[in-house]
Amino acid sequence: MGAAMTAVLEQLLNGAQFGVMLFLMAAGLTLIFGIMNLINLAHGSLYMAGAYVAAATFAASGSFLLALLAALAAAVALGAAIEIVVFRTLYDREHLDQVLATFGLILFFNELVRMIWGATALYMQVPAFLAGHVELLSGSPYPTYRLAVIGAGLAVALLLHLLIARTRIGMLIRAGASNRAMVDALGVNVTLLYTLVFALGAALAAFAGAMAGPIFTVESGMGESVLILAFVVIVIGGIGSLRGAFVAALLVGIVDAMGRAFLRPLLASFMSHATADNAGPALASMLIYILMAAILLIRPQGLFPPRGR
Amino acid sequence: MAEALLETRDLCKSFGGLVVTDAVSLVVTPGEIHAIIGPNGAGKTTLIAELAGELRPDSGSIHFAGADITRLAMARRAALGIARSFQITSIFREFSVLDNVAMAVQAHAGHSFRFWRSARRDARLRDPARQVLAKVGLAERAESRAAALSHGEKRALEIAMVLATRPRLLLLDEPMAGMGPQDAAGMVRLLAELKRQVTMVLVEHDMDAVFALADRITVMVYGRIIASGTPDAIRGDAEVRRAYLGEAAA
Amino acid sequence: MSVARRSLVIGVSLAALAVAPAIALAAGEPFYVTLLTRIMIFAIAALSLDLILGYGGLVSFGHAAYLGIGAYAVGILAFHGITSGPLQFAVAILASAAAAAMIGAVSLRTSGVYFIMITLAFAQMLYFLAESLNIYGGDDGLNITQPSNFGRLVDLGDPATLYYVVLAVLLVLLLLTRQLINSRFGLLVQGVKSNERRMAALGFPTFRYKLAAFILSGTICGLAGALFANLTLFCSPAIMHWTRSGEIMMMVILGGMGSLFGPVLGAALYLLLETLLSGATEHWQAILGPILVLVVLFSRSGFFGMLTGERTARGRADG
Repeated sequence: MGAAMTAVLEQLLNGAQFGVMLFLMAAGLTLIFGIMNLINLAHGSLYMAGAYVAAATFAASGSFLLALLAALAAAVALGAAIEIVVFRTLYDREHLDQVLATFGLILFFNELVRMIWGATALYMQVPAFLAGHVELLSGSPYPTYRLAVIGAGLAVALLLHLLIARTRIGMLIRAGASNRAMVDALGVNVTLLYTLVFALGAALAAFAGAMAGPIFTVESGMGESVLILAFVVIVIGGIGSLRGAFVAALLVGIVDAMGRAFLRPLLASFMSHATADNAGPALASMLIYILMAAILLIRPQGLFPPRGR
Repeated sequence: MAEALLETRDLCKSFGGLVVTDAVSLVVTPGEIHAIIGPNGAGKTTLIAELAGELRPDSGSIHFAGADITRLAMARRAALGIARSFQITSIFREFSVLDNVAMAVQAHAGHSFRFWRSARRDARLRDPARQVLAKVGLAERAESRAAALSHGEKRALEIAMVLATRPRLLLLDEPMAGMGPQDAAGMVRLLAELKRQVTMVLVEHDMDAVFALADRITVMVYGRIIASGTPDAIRGDAEVRRAYLGEAAA
Repeated sequence: MSVARRSLVIGVSLAALAVAPAIALAAGEPFYVTLLTRIMIFAIAALSLDLILGYGGLVSFGHAAYLGIGAYAVGILAFHGITSGPLQFAVAILASAAAAAMIGAVSLRTSGVYFIMITLAFAQMLYFLAESLNIYGGDDGLNITQPSNFGRLVDLGDPATLYYVVLAVLLVLLLLTRQLINSRFGLLVQGVKSNERRMAALGFPTFRYKLAAFILSGTICGLAGALFANLTLFCSPAIMHWTRSGEIMMMVILGGMGSLFGPVLGAALYLLLETLLSGATEHWQAILGPILVLVVLFSRSGFFGMLTGERTARGRADG
């Protein structure tokens, strides 16, 4: 009984940890889409840039804080560069063009990191002050770092909420989301607003990437699998909705973690072990997408659909 | 009184706190041109959208030829004979004018799971389309690309498309929108010709056209019907004068 | 005007394809036979995507999934000792159709960005499924010990035979899709792309037709996948990696969307470019990426449009 409880709790936390990272990715994407009507596949590259820069800086300097700052700076710079060079032309284009152009960017960036850092994965250590474990319930240690990630993610989510709901910038962002032309007509510098929103999204992605460093492998192409899951989160949560992204991200993270841990044993309890060994992981890997399909069948616009679209 | 072709009962719709359709009960008899007028924001286009099936009302019901169609999807209503023209021209810009109308014919010519025969050489689609084009005066423009038409011609094409579906009820949302006096007169002539053949609900701002064509007029303000009756009755109605027509009533 | 140029471009291309193996083998370069077969297989895949993308306006970013399903159908059946060509191909086609039906039924309830993201997600799902099936090789993939058996006359193990079979399939598909585009169904699909709201207002139940087009498209792509398995005698999850979907889409755009033959040229262009660049440097993706970006930003009608002077779908679209 105790062991099962521990296992479930552990997976809940793993799920929450993955979920907050997905939220950071999804939040940026959904803001950028909501305000600028731009679908950006290269968002995963910003995540990857954050991870690489953080890993490299950490290895060189030993300071995790420095690594985080470097990652944020790099992503914002990179994001600004992409925005000016590529995106300004894409804002008025159809989504197809945006998808393809950003696809080209992904190919470029994936190769670029291989050129700079080589094809083998970078290793990023867990920073010393966050190493070790915390006793949740007696006898069940949980990695401190992962708890820190959950905490950091929740903190950022809260800050983001306050930014959007309580500040002037946030109000402009919300206004821009529902009526771009009006915001422009009111004399607000829309170009600047776009750039700021994009920088915010890039920073969020880089932050997620930097935190992911010690947990996931830092390698070329790491952004895309997270990106696609972020898309699933947005679809489930509803485009343009931060609240939706938050709920959906945690849902996706937890369902994924639970599925991977418990489906195989669950199936094995009434199937042969051999079948369960194949069916378990297979089903677990599809679980999130099945969840997405199920939600879409009932609510095609997601859990928190955009109003008046 | 003749049995209603179209009837709404206490139709209501709100967007958040804004009431756009306020207990609208409307009766349209067969063969009549029933105009709906009112200031901007009165909810006229919303009402058309609800009648066409693009918007779901919050409460109330819509009946067509005696049947309750409130829950019916847009395409199903079109199949029953309700055709709609849009306030902002909605045509197939990349196609030719004839293609546009032929597409409308195709919509009511059985299913389209036909994968082999060339539709552009199908007389069952092209011939009726040409006839309708002749009726609206666009016969010479049949091969032109729809996007190349003038504004007035595009509006005429829009009408041609709805006519080609051989509707029982036409929902016309400001057919004269943006038209110059010559084009508008042409449109009025066309609609007058169609008068007895097809029932029409006509939303318009052009008062000359409305009073020339309408058998009955309903006036809407802020989603509510404030008056409904013959053109003379409406002209004389004091409340309507105040709310909409002002002193310039004909 | 452009009909003559169009026929010329298509005629010359097909003639070149017809004689290429003879020339390649005579010159002692069998590699080109394999390369051209690969190009034609992707041309079929790109053609299938053009049907719904160029004509239907459906940005399906998960088309590689059907390529994978077709390939795995052949691979898995071969693994279990079933090598009959007709049976393998029938399963490939049916499985792709079924997958397209299920994915389409869910995805087509949405539109715009949602649709793009969802098709991408479902393709990713199938990729992970393939990766997790360890009995079929998982991540390492599955070797196919022998090509699909179509009897002694048609030995798909012989490169030249496979080449001509693929060419024949491509030709038949080009003819069939050309009829399709001009049929009532084809015009309807184009009408949906042009103005779906109008289509619905006219009375068309658009969902079922979009789904039919989607299924047709996926099925043709599945056929390409079965052919692909015979070419490489190998199937792995990499076939359905989402970047593959992006590549197929790029082929359609490069060649000229909404033109049917454009994707054929696009597949040739893309794969030749890839072969050339990867031969020049191992960092070829760093060059290909920006090229793709530039093409998307600045080219309107693709290669086919350029050659024939026509405006293909992207060039035709009005603001």
